[in-house]
Amino acid sequence: MISLQNIRKSYHTDYNSLEVLKGIDLTINQGEFVSIMGSSGSGKSTLLNILGLLDEFDSGEYLLNDAAMDNLSQKQAAMYRNQLLGFVFQSFNLLNFKTAMENVALPLYYQKVDRKKRQALALDYLDRVGLKEWAHHLPTQLSGGQQQRVAIARSLITSPKVILADEPTGALDSKTSHDVMEIFKEVNREGITMIIVTHEEDIAKMTNRIIYLKDGLIEKEETGTISQT
Amino acid sequence: MIDLDKWQEIFSSLSRHKLRTILTALSVWWGIFMLVILLGFGKGLQNSATRNFSNDAENVLYIWADQTSVPYKGLPAGRFIGYTSPDLEAIKGLEGTKRTSARFNMSGNYFIAYKNKSLAYRVQCVPPEHYYIENPILTSGRFLNQTDMDLRRKVVVMGEAVREELFKEDEDPLGEYLEIKGIKFQIVGVFTEGKKRETERVYLPLSTAQRIDGTEDVHTMIVDMGKANYEEAMVIEESVRQELSTRLKIAPNDRQAIGIHNDAENFKEISLVMTFLNIFIWFVGIGSIIAGVIGVSNIMLIIVKERTKEIGVRKALGATPNSIISMIVQESVFLTSIAGYLGLACGMGVIFAIQKVMEINEAELEFFHNPEVDIKLVLVALLILIISGAVAGLIPAIQAARINPVTAMKS
Repeated sequence: MISLQNIRKSYHTDYNSLEVLKGIDLTINQGEFVSIMGSSGSGKSTLLNILGLLDEFDSGEYLLNDAAMDNLSQKQAAMYRNQLLGFVFQSFNLLNFKTAMENVALPLYYQKVDRKKRQALALDYLDRVGLKEWAHHLPTQLSGGQQQRVAIARSLITSPKVILADEPTGALDSKTSHDVMEIFKEVNREGITMIIVTHEEDIAKMTNRIIYLKDGLIEKEETGTISQT
Repeated sequence: MIDLDKWQEIFSSLSRHKLRTILTALSVWWGIFMLVILLGFGKGLQNSATRNFSNDAENVLYIWADQTSVPYKGLPAGRFIGYTSPDLEAIKGLEGTKRTSARFNMSGNYFIAYKNKSLAYRVQCVPPEHYYIENPILTSGRFLNQTDMDLRRKVVVMGEAVREELFKEDEDPLGEYLEIKGIKFQIVGVFTEGKKRETERVYLPLSTAQRIDGTEDVHTMIVDMGKANYEEAMVIEESVRQELSTRLKIAPNDRQAIGIHNDAENFKEISLVMTFLNIFIWFVGIGSIIAGVIGVSNIMLIIVKERTKEIGVRKALGATPNSIISMIVQESVFLTSIAGYLGLACGMGVIFAIQKVMEINEAELEFFHNPEVDIKLVLVALLILIISGAVAGLIPAIQAARINPVTAMKS
């Protein structure tokens, strides 16, 4: 599903440049549930952004669904993000002026799906995360856990191949965190590849493959608690 | 192609950000509203000025006789001069004079009498050409004509005010006789003019009046210079002066003997005032448009800044840069169009209300008449505002669409 070879990335400022990724080689198969761990500055978020086509890499090779992801135009990147990828962020990133249902339906708007159809689908997905009753509430009227579940429903609505989650439980208490992880496991059981970045050991343990990043390189890999389906 | 979905996005985004929507709309509304009001009032001032001058012929010389101030060819200074019909004929032949007229005032005290009433209104004795100088509107009958002049007919054309005084509303005065200086003149026409006091007079044929007084004198000579511009009018005035000086043996440097009033000088002053007024209106109008443009641009800049995070989220969810840009620009264009249209409508409403109030009260202001607005001009202004709103949104939108979604979401 995902194949990285010698991916490098540096950030440049006017006076110096900082190499964040120093040659990442990584293969993730379809249906895997992977967590990326590392201290802050290890490059784990940058790696996730590159995987999510939210950021560009300097050199190396990235194959997503057997297609090379280098030199993409903004439009192509937008299309791949929309069709293959789903995102869950630490700060949820819901649009505050839209209701839960409208937030969930938004990715389908960019697929030019009919309004009625996308609202119906959004309700289905909200139901899956147990928030059907809250469909017409604004994000500010929801708890953090509820907001994150809305965000998960939004990431799922396009039936992506891969879901990328950047510290999805970072802003949640441990009870809610475990609920969210349960939803992720369920999604993963349907065959969707899950990749989460976290710095919480117990969250990482709930995935089936843990990749440790240190100073821009993969330090080691471990197997988590759940078995691969 | 109407993309209903896009419009729903735009509506929901505008209606959920009421404050910024209202602020943007207000600045556009105000700009257009002020422009309409300003143009309307400017036009009102202008209309009144042109109305006051359009009735009478514009380029006219009035020539009267005075006392000489310089001795010449053995004639002393202080001599009273006077014009006669041959002098008028001579002026008629000069280059640049389109037509001439003259006024003759009969000697003595006399009244305009009809049956048992008599009025002390003015009796003006003029040639038929005088019609083109005063441009009276004939409500019945005709003006004096060349046959009246040639045959020295005893006919009279009277003003509306005279008719009102002497005749009943349903009476037909044509064919009746007015008595002036003991002589009966048949009424051949009734005229009216813009101002009522200008109809408090009657016209007699110049030649008839001269015969009655047994003279060839004329008291005022009038030269219509047609479409002559200011410089041409001054040249004509000078040639009239020369011609009369020669004929009446007046020193060429005597500026007092021949009195000439040249309308062109007046007209020049009025056009100058109008030009300044126009420049002022344009200055303020363009100022208010610029203020509107700056207002819209500023607000668009803030809106895009404020929405950077939203743009980042939308991009992460698969929005292409173009869809982001077109969303922002369409919102801006939609908002400025609606607000501008409302400003236009309100401004026009105020102008029309003023017009109506003036009509109902029959208010006749000397300096203000018939305010109106050049719609084309206002539409151009509106278009400028809409385009500037679009451009003002476009530039930051392009920048926002270009930034990496991760950075955008962090802001």
